Amino acid sequence: MLKIAKYVVYDILRSKVLIAYTLFLLLISFSLFGLESDPSKSLVSLMSVIMIIVPLVSIIFSTTYFYNAYEFIELLVAQPISRNSILLGEYFGVAVSLVVGLLVGVGIPIAYYAPTATGFVLLLSGIALTLSFASLAFFASVVTRDKAKGIGVALMMWFYFSVIYDALVLAVLFAFNDYPLDKAVIGMASLNPIDLGRIMILLKIDISALMGFTGAVYKQFFGKSFGMIYTIGVMLLWILLPLLASVRIFRKKNL
Amino acid sequence: MIEVKNLRKSFGKLEVLKDVNAFFESGQAVIIIGPNGSGKTTLIKTILGMVVADKGEVIFNGKNIVNDFHYRKDIGYMPQIGRYPENMKIGQIVSMMKDLRKHNTDVDEELLHQYDLPSMYGKSMRTLSGGTRQKVSAALAFLFHPKVLILDEPTAGLDPLASEILKAKILKSKQEGRLILVTSHIMSEVEEMGDKLMYLFEGKINFYKTIPELKFETGEDRLGKAIAKIMKEKLHA
Repeated sequence: MLKIAKYVVYDILRSKVLIAYTLFLLLISFSLFGLESDPSKSLVSLMSVIMIIVPLVSIIFSTTYFYNAYEFIELLVAQPISRNSILLGEYFGVAVSLVVGLLVGVGIPIAYYAPTATGFVLLLSGIALTLSFASLAFFASVVTRDKAKGIGVALMMWFYFSVIYDALVLAVLFAFNDYPLDKAVIGMASLNPIDLGRIMILLKIDISALMGFTGAVYKQFFGKSFGMIYTIGVMLLWILLPLLASVRIFRKKNL
Repeated sequence: MIEVKNLRKSFGKLEVLKDVNAFFESGQAVIIIGPNGSGKTTLIKTILGMVVADKGEVIFNGKNIVNDFHYRKDIGYMPQIGRYPENMKIGQIVSMMKDLRKHNTDVDEELLHQYDLPSMYGKSMRTLSGGTRQKVSAALAFLFHPKVLILDEPTAGLDPLASEILKAKILKSKQEGRLILVTSHIMSEVEEMGDKLMYLFEGKINFYKTIPELKFETGEDRLGKAIAKIMKEKLHA
C-alpha cells in the first residue's frame, strides 16, 4: 500500500497542478497576513478562504487524479496486490500530496505570522477538510465509471456542502423559528464537514459575534473542550465513512 | 491448474458468460477463439480477478480465488490493449513492476532483450506506438517466470518478426510445463501454438477439444476447415 502511495506521490509531483495549488495558497495567506496588522483578524479572513478553496480543490483534484490513474489501477489489479491496498494506496498518495500542499501553502505563513493555538486549529481543520473531501472524491469516483459524470458528482457534492446546505439550514431555522432548535442545529452542523471545520476554528476564537447561531449554540451546549472533541470525532467519521464505502465498492468493481 | 465452475457474469442486462465450465492443465497451450463479444476477455478477466463473477467459482491450484490475491503472483497477463501511466518511461514501468511484485532478481528478461526494449528505457509511454506498447506488455507478462500465462490477442498489432519471437517464447514456456491461455482470431497461430481449442459463442462453450481430436472427428486436415465443419453441424443440429 505504501509503495503504491509512493508512486502516486511521485506522479502527482510531476504534474505541477499541486505546485500551482501550493503557490496559490501561499500567495493568499501572505497577502491576507500582510494586509492586516492584527494576525488574529487575518486568520478569520484566511478561514473563510480556506473553507471554500480547500474542499473544492481537494475534491476536484482527487477525482480527476483517480480517473487519470485508471490505467495504473488496471495494471495493478492484475498483479498480486489486494484491491484494498490499491485503493488505499491511491488515497494516501493523493491525500498526502494535498496535505503537504496545504502545510506549505498555509502552514508556513501561519507559523511565521500567527503561531498561535488558533492558527494551529485552522491548519488542523484545513487538513481534516482535505482528507474528508479526498475521501468523498474517491467515493464519487468508484460509483461512477465515466470521468465526466464522476467529476460532475464531485462538483455537486462540493456545491451542496458549501452553498446549498447552508441555505437549507437557514430555511429550516426560518420555518421553525417558534420552536427550540438548539439540538437540531447541532445535529445539522454535524452533517456538513465544512460547517464542522468552521466550528472547530470558531470554538477557538473568542469573538462571539463571528460564531453565528450554530457556533453560539455549540459553545453553550458542549462547552469549549468537549465541543472540540465532538467536532473532531464527527470530522473523523466524515473522513473514514466515505473511504470505507469506496473500499467496499472497489473490491467488487469490474475493471 | 485452473478450474472454472458454473461461471456466470452479466453486465447490466447483457449476459456475457452463461454457465462456463472448464479445466486448464499445466504444460498446455489452450487457445480460446470465438467471435467478438463472445465473452473471451471477460472469461480471462474473471480468472484474473479483474472482473468479479456473479455466480460460480474459479479454482486456482486447488484454491478458490475469491478474496485472494496472492495467486496472481503465478500469473503473467498481457492485456489486449496495454494501458500504462502515460507520463512514465518504459524503464520506470519495468522497475516499478519489479518493485511492486517484490521480485527484483532472477527475472526473465529474454523478451525484453529480444525486443531491444532496454535501449528505449528513456522513452515515455505516451510516445510509444501500439506495437511497442504490445512489446512492453509481452515482456512484462513473462518477466516474473509465471506458472500461468494469460495472453489476450497477443500478436494483434505486432510486426511479423515480433510475433515470431513471441510465439517462440510461448512454445518454449509450454515445454517448461507452464499453462498458457491465449485468445486469438488467427487460425494459423492457433495451429502453431495450440494444444487445445476452446470455442466460445455467446457466453457458452461450444466445444473444448484437442486439435488432433478436432481433425480426427471432422476428417479435415486443415484446422480452419475442421472448425467450419463443426460450426455447420452445430447449426444444423
